[in-house]
Amino acid sequence: MAIDTDTARKVARLARIRVEEERLPALAREFDAILGFIEQLNEVDVAGVEPMTSVTPMRLKRRQDVVTDGNRQAEVLLNAPDAREGFFAVPKVVE
Amino acid sequence: MTDLTKLTLAQARDGLRAKDFTAPELTDAYLGAIEAADALNAFVHKTPEIARRQAEFAQTRLKMGMAPDLCGVPLGIKDLFCTTGVPSQAASRILDGFRPPYDSTVTEQLHKQGAVMLGKLNMDEFAMGSSNETSVYGNAVNPWRRAGDATSLTPGGSSGGSAAAVAADLCAAATGTDTGGSIRQPAAFTGIVGIKPTYGRVSRWGIIAFASSLDQAGPMTKDVRDAAIMLRAMCGHDPKDSTSADLPVPDFESMLTADIRGKVIGLPREYRMDGMLGEIETLWHRGAEMLRDAGAEIRDISLPHTKYALPAYYVIAPAEASSNLARYDGVRFGRRAKLSQGDGITEMYEKTRAEGFGSEVQRRVMVGTYVLSAGYYDAYYNRARKVRTLIKRDFERAFAEGIDAILTPATPSSAFGLGEMASADPVQMYLNDVFTVTVNLAGLPGISVPAGLDGQGLPLGLQLIGRPWEEGDLLNLAYSLERAVGFKAKPGKWW
Repeated sequence: MAIDTDTARKVARLARIRVEEERLPALAREFDAILGFIEQLNEVDVAGVEPMTSVTPMRLKRRQDVVTDGNRQAEVLLNAPDAREGFFAVPKVVE
Repeated sequence: MTDLTKLTLAQARDGLRAKDFTAPELTDAYLGAIEAADALNAFVHKTPEIARRQAEFAQTRLKMGMAPDLCGVPLGIKDLFCTTGVPSQAASRILDGFRPPYDSTVTEQLHKQGAVMLGKLNMDEFAMGSSNETSVYGNAVNPWRRAGDATSLTPGGSSGGSAAAVAADLCAAATGTDTGGSIRQPAAFTGIVGIKPTYGRVSRWGIIAFASSLDQAGPMTKDVRDAAIMLRAMCGHDPKDSTSADLPVPDFESMLTADIRGKVIGLPREYRMDGMLGEIETLWHRGAEMLRDAGAEIRDISLPHTKYALPAYYVIAPAEASSNLARYDGVRFGRRAKLSQGDGITEMYEKTRAEGFGSEVQRRVMVGTYVLSAGYYDAYYNRARKVRTLIKRDFERAFAEGIDAILTPATPSSAFGLGEMASADPVQMYLNDVFTVTVNLAGLPGISVPAGLDGQGLPLGLQLIGRPWEEGDLLNLAYSLERAVGFKAKPGKWW
């Protein structure tokens, strides 16, 4: 199936990646090439096959539900592009 | 004194213990080699101060006679691994300036063993690529060149800096990671050994995530013995990674006997692809003959869903990547785009991610977004996961029929020229992983071993695929193959 410019625009929007309008047709063509390659999967009979959730048959371990770490505010904020008064700072979210 | 940088990891270990040279001497030899090799662009963040300090400390431990295998051994670390206070940016602009206040479990284990970190190594951005050309640092360069030709070649990817550094003797060994072939393909392109262990063998904690159900770290080394030594140091259960296996880690090195009598090696007929290069096919047959001469039984086998591995991978890996890379939003770490007057939080996300991600990463994040989006989830993502079940079942059937390991070519060609694939469509580049990607989908261990030179004088590798958790057996088969091949070639130094 062919991906149109509108679909490319929508996907870019969902992925939160700004794509300039003039780039969209080329992007749609790239998606088309990749999805065309992926379409081969339709040849496979997957009736009754479970989708894989875990590649190794193992039970996930559980741990005690206790606090094991904390009091690291300075480290948590260390790499923030904009941190103020102990918080991450972002542009205004609510008008 | 002999050139210390030419030593294997095992020789370096033995020399340190025998006091033939000291850890600081060994480290200085490598630091000198790195300084003289900027043309390879393998090391992208050098850490000589850390290296010297660690070497001094390692020497103290060596003097006390309490030195683990890696004590005093200088390593290169792929930029994907978080390392305390040292840039760790997955070769991406979006993590520009990120200095984690913690180490990955793997690098912490290596440090505890006394390993010396020489610096961080180049790679494809977020490990997405097969040529190292998607790196924000610019590509690493393969130390190998075609005979009589100065064209710059790719070291492969994504662990291209690791491969170039080991092949050029800039470190005793390096860490790599492998999601679809990112350890084994670059190892094959540079004439070194690289092993991707069973999924769950090595903790993924602190390794910047690409596709979490496929990612595994492993060693890239000068020979199989070194891989056995370093793999042991990297493995082990980690409470911080719930998918890491709580299994004992064997002494892989002690399992290298080269006795492979009675082992059954499968040759999957589906790997004999249309248009396969004659040289690759010859190499593969010769490898099989060598294993047979060493006492193994060779059997033709079928892995019927092989053809669907790459398309399944290019649904599953981008889907997981789109989810994993959602965290790069310009809020908590890395680089935020400069905003215009009136920009809100959505503009901040969109501009930050457009500026911060390179084109291949953007493409994969968007493909992943698409295959996970409402209306397509079943048609693409769920179907791919079902095909993945079938691919794994193919291997399980082969193993149940008595196959101990599977021999295949590592790559469809030798190293190609940098820029040669620039005009190809993305799918052409993806074909590099055609022999390696099945192993990630099935969670199996796979190793690439140098097996010869092609007509242009470039290294080619063979891949052995083992049963889950049987890296020791797999390494022993690789060791036997390595001894039979007797690969001794090194790239001529031009840098």
